[in-house]
Amino acid sequence: MSATAVHSLWTTAATAADPISKIDAPKIEYGQLAPTLIVVGAAVIGVLIEAAVPRKSRYYAQMFVATVSLAAAFAAVVALAADGYATTKAGIAAMGALAVDGPALFLQGTILLTALVALFTFAERRLDPMAHGNRVDSFAAQAGAVPGSDAEKRAVKAGFTTTEVFPLLMFAVAGMLVFPAANDLLTLFVALEVFSLPLYLLCALARRKRLMSQEAAVKYFLLGAFASAFTLFGIALLYGYAGSMSYATIAQVVDGTVQDVTPALAGTMGNDALLLVGAALLVMGLLFKVGAVPFHMWTPDVYQGAPTPVTGFMAAATKVAAFGALLRVLYVVLPGLRWDWRPVMWAVAIVTMLAGAIVAITQTDIKRLLAYSSIAHAGFILAGVIAANPEGISSVLFYLAAYSFVTVGAFAVVTLVRDAGGEATHLSRWAGLGRRSPLTAAVFAVFLLAFAGIPLTSGFAGKFAVFKAAAEGGAVPLVVIGVISSAIAAFFYIRVIVLMFFSEPRPEGPTVAVPSPLTMTAIAVGVAVTLVLGVAPQYFLDLAGDAGVFVR
Amino acid sequence: MSFPLLTATAALPAVGAIATAAVPAARRTAAKWLALLFSLATLVLAIVVAVRFDPGGARYQLTESHSWIADFGVRYELGVDGIAVALIALTALLIPFIVLAGWHDADPLETGSRRWRPTQGFFALILAVEAMVILSFEATDVFLFYIFFEAMLIPMYFLIGGFGDRAHEHGEEKAATQRSYAAVKFLLYNLAGGLIMLAAVIGLYVVAGNFSLTEIAEARASGELTMATSTERWLFLGFFFAFAVKAPLWPLHTWLPNAMQESTAPVAVLITAVVDKVGTFAMLRFCLQLFPEASKWATPVILVLALVSIIYGALLAVGQRDIKRLIAYASISHFGFIIMGIFAMTSQGQSGATLYMVNHGISTAVLMLIAGFLISRRGSRLIADYGGVQKVAPVLAGTFLIGGLATLSLPGLAPFVSEFLVLVGTFTRYPVIGIIATFGIVLAALYTLVLYQRTMTGPVRPEVAKMPDLRVREIAVVAPLVVLLIFLGVYPKPVTDIVNPAVKQTMSDVERKDPQPEVEAAK
Repeated sequence: MSATAVHSLWTTAATAADPISKIDAPKIEYGQLAPTLIVVGAAVIGVLIEAAVPRKSRYYAQMFVATVSLAAAFAAVVALAADGYATTKAGIAAMGALAVDGPALFLQGTILLTALVALFTFAERRLDPMAHGNRVDSFAAQAGAVPGSDAEKRAVKAGFTTTEVFPLLMFAVAGMLVFPAANDLLTLFVALEVFSLPLYLLCALARRKRLMSQEAAVKYFLLGAFASAFTLFGIALLYGYAGSMSYATIAQVVDGTVQDVTPALAGTMGNDALLLVGAALLVMGLLFKVGAVPFHMWTPDVYQGAPTPVTGFMAAATKVAAFGALLRVLYVVLPGLRWDWRPVMWAVAIVTMLAGAIVAITQTDIKRLLAYSSIAHAGFILAGVIAANPEGISSVLFYLAAYSFVTVGAFAVVTLVRDAGGEATHLSRWAGLGRRSPLTAAVFAVFLLAFAGIPLTSGFAGKFAVFKAAAEGGAVPLVVIGVISSAIAAFFYIRVIVLMFFSEPRPEGPTVAVPSPLTMTAIAVGVAVTLVLGVAPQYFLDLAGDAGVFVR
Repeated sequence: MSFPLLTATAALPAVGAIATAAVPAARRTAAKWLALLFSLATLVLAIVVAVRFDPGGARYQLTESHSWIADFGVRYELGVDGIAVALIALTALLIPFIVLAGWHDADPLETGSRRWRPTQGFFALILAVEAMVILSFEATDVFLFYIFFEAMLIPMYFLIGGFGDRAHEHGEEKAATQRSYAAVKFLLYNLAGGLIMLAAVIGLYVVAGNFSLTEIAEARASGELTMATSTERWLFLGFFFAFAVKAPLWPLHTWLPNAMQESTAPVAVLITAVVDKVGTFAMLRFCLQLFPEASKWATPVILVLALVSIIYGALLAVGQRDIKRLIAYASISHFGFIIMGIFAMTSQGQSGATLYMVNHGISTAVLMLIAGFLISRRGSRLIADYGGVQKVAPVLAGTFLIGGLATLSLPGLAPFVSEFLVLVGTFTRYPVIGIIATFGIVLAALYTLVLYQRTMTGPVRPEVAKMPDLRVREIAVVAPLVVLLIFLGVYPKPVTDIVNPAVKQTMSDVERKDPQPEVEAAK
């Protein structure tokens, strides 16, 4: 079977994929790009609100713009999908910069819904006690005020809130929408930076434990900058190899179907060393974003230090976007190299699953525990990525959708359990929570069981889908190791349940704050999606299955 | 479309679980009655299932089939054969007694939070387990079975970890620690088994392309579906491992003594008499049907492990100082007999094993529930703390003796028939193993009679002098079960009639490719 025949399993030829030969007036398909454009527009409006609207009204104005735009963008995604852009009309838009196809639309829809739910947790203002008569959220009163300084006290007293988080969130979402849809390497890189930079900032904005939050942001920024640099270097080498940034052209050069050599690059084109090193560096940058071992070191610190709503958003949406981009790079750009990348990804997946599950056992902080759990889950998803068959794509899409709602919901519950110092994240503080607040503990137990992959939760359906795809793709040992690490991982999820339900509550233990309808909605959506995807996943599996073909 | 009887049988306790859980905190007595009502209604439906089932008819009856997750090839497929009917009846029969026996086990000691409702939770969880157990007996889709096989761990886990004996020799703090240890051990063992089975389930899908037991079995019979020998063996091992943990088979048994010791007596009965039966049942239904060649390949090893279970469990039972732990090890010994009967691959052996599942359920329930009543009176689980109880509480002692005699398979009581069948069935093909297994009975006599002698006979100890005899509620629990033990001991035909055709079919699945003469030899 020739290489192209294999790829045609998961890619279809684009109808309008002529290479850019001369500079034309740019032709932009505004309709097809509507989801992204709406979100970018909302982000810009958000910035203007910060400049023009009085401080008292900003929160409401920002909430309104953000909610409406995310909902509108999601509606646009649905409309595009209903119009057939996910299947028959899939194609390349914006002069070859972006793909509008099934995986892109599915992931964009997932990211938008996740962001909408996360937005509610961002906007929550009833959990922290009122400061000087003002309701406050999880974010610092004034980011520029040094922690513990007089300036900070003045800002708190004046009732400042950082409403800039809303436009930052919208910019991050915009970047994430582009990231899995990017169809050339430059767009990929720009999208990477557009969603990373707001996240670095958001991580630093915690109202409580500000130093820890800032430390997390610095770590994230430094390591993220390294990863970006690697990615960029990889892109440069790939350009040197193929003479093009376009996914389709690089893939053709890898396959050897394109022969014309750009004169300026005659010395480097077709040099396999450039291809291998470039691909490795590019994939490395993406693996950093998904938090796969050995590029996971930032995850626990950042998850722990960042304000919990940001952690929830980041853990869910970043993973969706980054896995989307990784899938597209591996399946569209580098299918011809799969005999080279599959063994490496095998090793990465195995180490990621095992390390995530084993290290999580020793954690004593709930946010760090969830961070290591997210690493283990990255490993499970990688098992589906490695399948290298159409089921691989659709199972990963399904898993990402299932996982992101569980994650946002779980972190939303974490924001509720509080004591005098803010959120009580140390595990020992959670002892006996089930006695005190059975409902909260039960909801968190549902999320933990979904993480553990117990049947009738979305986690099980997702895990089964990726393992099935991996087994069909010939990766049976990977499935066995995945199952073993699931068993290990189950141990620490169960440990938290034991702690909540079977331990005596501590007399000075934390209380469960009563949230506003915003957080309640976020949690309720999380539980509902978890159970629906667990009990009746067929519709969503069909959706992911229909969306499982990349355009080239 | 006919009335979905099987779905209803499983759905009724599930609805009951939700209804019970929803009862307000102050109305806990209403919750108990509601749970009892639902369990009795389920029993009625189970009886209807047994009556509607025609032993001479098709292999799977009362079937239901609906599409569920087409992407995974999963269907909602239910159907019962004789073995399943017998076990569903056992389950539905035992649950009302378990509910009744555990009437006061989950009353809150102090009224803490108004929203903390342990009583409602306790009975709701029992009904939830019942629903899942019944569904796993009914499922003829491997995936559907797997889901309930796994999901029932969660309510079981909360039952073990959340509710323990009131009286604990080391105080409440230590008791809670030991309980949660037992619950976690139970969950991890079974989850590990289940996840290994998951790998095999995925493997089966890759090989067969769907999960329907009937379709796969047919395709294998017609030669449409062939498996490489090594594939079949690996898949068999994946399935068998999970069932052997659940059953439990030596050396995967160590969670059972902990779980039974720490949970309340009704929950201990639920574990050993109901939930564990899913393991042995699944060996018959899935291991033998799906992987006949591999089953035969593995038989020698499994028989030896079963033999070790019989002897080892019995020996350890002799040495126990804790009443509930003793019964747990006795159960391990009995599960050895059941597994031996299944894998002896003779029709007597398998009929005996199925009958054994039913009888062991009833006899263990009697023994364990009375032990629970005893323990709740004295506040200790240690054998050494008792003595002379028969003078103070003759009814309690008498029924306890009957339960004990049933455990040691006295002729005239139900377990004798099944144990005899298993031993005969094993002997005809594996005489040595049959002979060694007989020593298990001798040891059983030792541990039950010594238990009775130490606790019930001798001088009355001052601590038990004021011990009340069985109350009305407790007699209502014990008496029907004792009657049933005697009835099935004298007249086991109702059960064997239902079971035998199914066993013959299972036999023909396994023996299809190399007929053995042992059935004639046994006649």
